[in-house]
Amino acid sequence: MKALDPMVFYAVLVEMMGPWLFWSLILLTAFGLGTFAWVIFREKGLSSRRLVRCELIGVAGGFGALWLMAYVTVSGFTDAGGPVDWLLIGLIWGGGLVGTTILSYASFGLRDRFRWQKRIRTDEKTWPGG
Amino acid sequence: MTFSERKESSKEKNLQSNSCKDCSRRDFLKLFPLLAGTALCMHAQQSEASEPTKTKARIVIAGAGAAGLAAAAQLAKRLDGAEIVLCDARKEHYYQPGFTLVAAGLKPPGYTVSATADYIPPGVKWIPESIVEFDPAGNRVVTDKGQIVRYDFLIVATGLKLDFAGITGMDPALIGKNGLGCVYAGPDAAYATWKAISDFADKGGVGLFGRPKTEMKCAGAPIKHTFITDDHLRRRGNRGKAEIIYAAHNKTLFSIPIVSEKVRMLYEDRGVDIRHEHVLTAIDPARRRATFATPTGNAEIGYDFINVIPPMRAPDVVRKSPLAWRDGPFAADGWMEVDKGTLRHKRFANVFGVGDVAGVPKGKTAASVKWQVPVAVDHLVATIAGTTPELIYTGYTSCPLITRLGRAMLVEFDYKDNLVPSFPGVIAPLEELWITWVMKTIALKPTYIAMLRGKA
Ligand SMILES: Cc1cc2nc3c(=O)[nH]c(=O)nc-3n(C[C@H](O)[C@H](O)[C@H](O)COP(=O)(O)OP(=O)(O)OC[C@H]3O[C@@H](n4cnc5c(N)ncnc54)[C@H](O)[C@@H]3O)c2cc1C
Repeated sequence: MKALDPMVFYAVLVEMMGPWLFWSLILLTAFGLGTFAWVIFREKGLSSRRLVRCELIGVAGGFGALWLMAYVTVSGFTDAGGPVDWLLIGLIWGGGLVGTTILSYASFGLRDRFRWQKRIRTDEKTWPGG
Repeated sequence: MTFSERKESSKEKNLQSNSCKDCSRRDFLKLFPLLAGTALCMHAQQSEASEPTKTKARIVIAGAGAAGLAAAAQLAKRLDGAEIVLCDARKEHYYQPGFTLVAAGLKPPGYTVSATADYIPPGVKWIPESIVEFDPAGNRVVTDKGQIVRYDFLIVATGLKLDFAGITGMDPALIGKNGLGCVYAGPDAAYATWKAISDFADKGGVGLFGRPKTEMKCAGAPIKHTFITDDHLRRRGNRGKAEIIYAAHNKTLFSIPIVSEKVRMLYEDRGVDIRHEHVLTAIDPARRRATFATPTGNAEIGYDFINVIPPMRAPDVVRKSPLAWRDGPFAADGWMEVDKGTLRHKRFANVFGVGDVAGVPKGKTAASVKWQVPVAVDHLVATIAGTTPELIYTGYTSCPLITRLGRAMLVEFDYKDNLVPSFPGVIAPLEELWITWVMKTIALKPTYIAMLRGKA
């Protein structure tokens, strides 16, 4: 009778975070991934300069995720007691890093796009006869 | 009786000998959804994929704690048309595993308190009255307001009674004063215990810990508090000023031999002085002295802080009813006479006992409730539907045994004293780990609440 049931996973996460935070995070993730994909599509590839900048922010995001985890579990990383703890710490840090990198890449991509469009519009306006 | 329970119960006896795959401990993975990728989505053992069973059965659930609410939620899902009634006078719901964190100074008392009304499933009627009489021969219960409630099926989930009167001189009103602690007595008592522990951690002296001789809920809790207090003393640089004594009721420290040995090693490492075969019988709160019954007579120990854990028994209403065991190890304290595999009463086939009140070996934890309730519900529903029940309870229970602030051991075991780790090779059961602490602090409560709602 054992079956995979994502509803259990969902129910526990909603209890853990409350529906508002849970759905805000889902929306943020969807926004981040969607925008990231859109930016790559519009720019026809990854901008390596922007990516490096975002990865640096991502490193800070990884540490932010670790801090958040330490805060909610009222503990610290000196409490790691075995390999699985280091694995978990790595996963949390990695999750924070990847999430922040994608979000910041998407945000910078959006910002750059808007600036670029604004410049085109301004250029159109200042074009002789425009 | 209008149902074919008796016929079914004989079928169940045959089933019982088969070990049940569905009750596999690995299902427990879903208790920790944060940690185990897809495994965490393992669904419970309820056979709830099928259509709800149509019935007009009247089902009374005595007690709206962890087990009663979980049973109500599962029955409401699996039955269509049943009249389900919950009886419990208590308006607050206590998340009791959180008492440990409150008494460790990590959470406020409110962390453990919510409203029973929030978990009553739609369609289930709640009578906010206590049951004062069980009449299983007459298929009825009587409440403290004189209401008679008749049933076709009864689920008893009244939890247990903390028998403070079993310790001469013990007065719950004194908890928090004169170095007297008691983690078990409720959210405020847990908080008052924290104040007393904190005071002790500042001043040092003799800290006295132990457990009762009776069956008890969460047998790991007395041990956890020994470690937690030790850690608070160390963090404040006062461990050298304190002596910690653990009074064990018998020759072991935990009912599972391998865990007992591990705790002994950890106690040795932390400098905890173990006194075996010491059963607390009396305290003098003003003089701060505790009396223990030992094989060689009474022994008195003076203390600066004591964590009193009173004897635990079935609530009087169960103990004095025909539902209690009449002989054997569970008779003296009146635990309910149920089959340990099916949770069905051995003499009244339309009655089930789940949670702390059940007279089964071990298993007085919320984790046991998690695995007992689907079994009892499955057998009850199968009786109504005239089908063969599928589930058997193997005695699975678990305890995140905190060994210091920030680390715990995930101890999982069954009736046979086997360790049954949910994450073999990943989370070693006898290893002090942060990941287990993470589960205890953030994953356990939401999973427990989801269980009350019938969603986990
Ligand atoms: C300090 C502490 C730490 C714990 N730690 C853990 C842990 O880490 N992990 C774990 O899994 N478990 C832990 N537990 C155990 C867990 O909380 C219990 O095993 C679980 O709550 C049992 O559920 P229950 O429904 O049987 O009893 P309860 O949840 O106690 O509910 C019993 C209900 O029955 C009602 N009732 C009583 N008498 C009557 C009556 N006559 N009529 C009607 N209603 C009645 C009560 O009002 C109550 O609402 C801990 C418990 C404590 C105290």
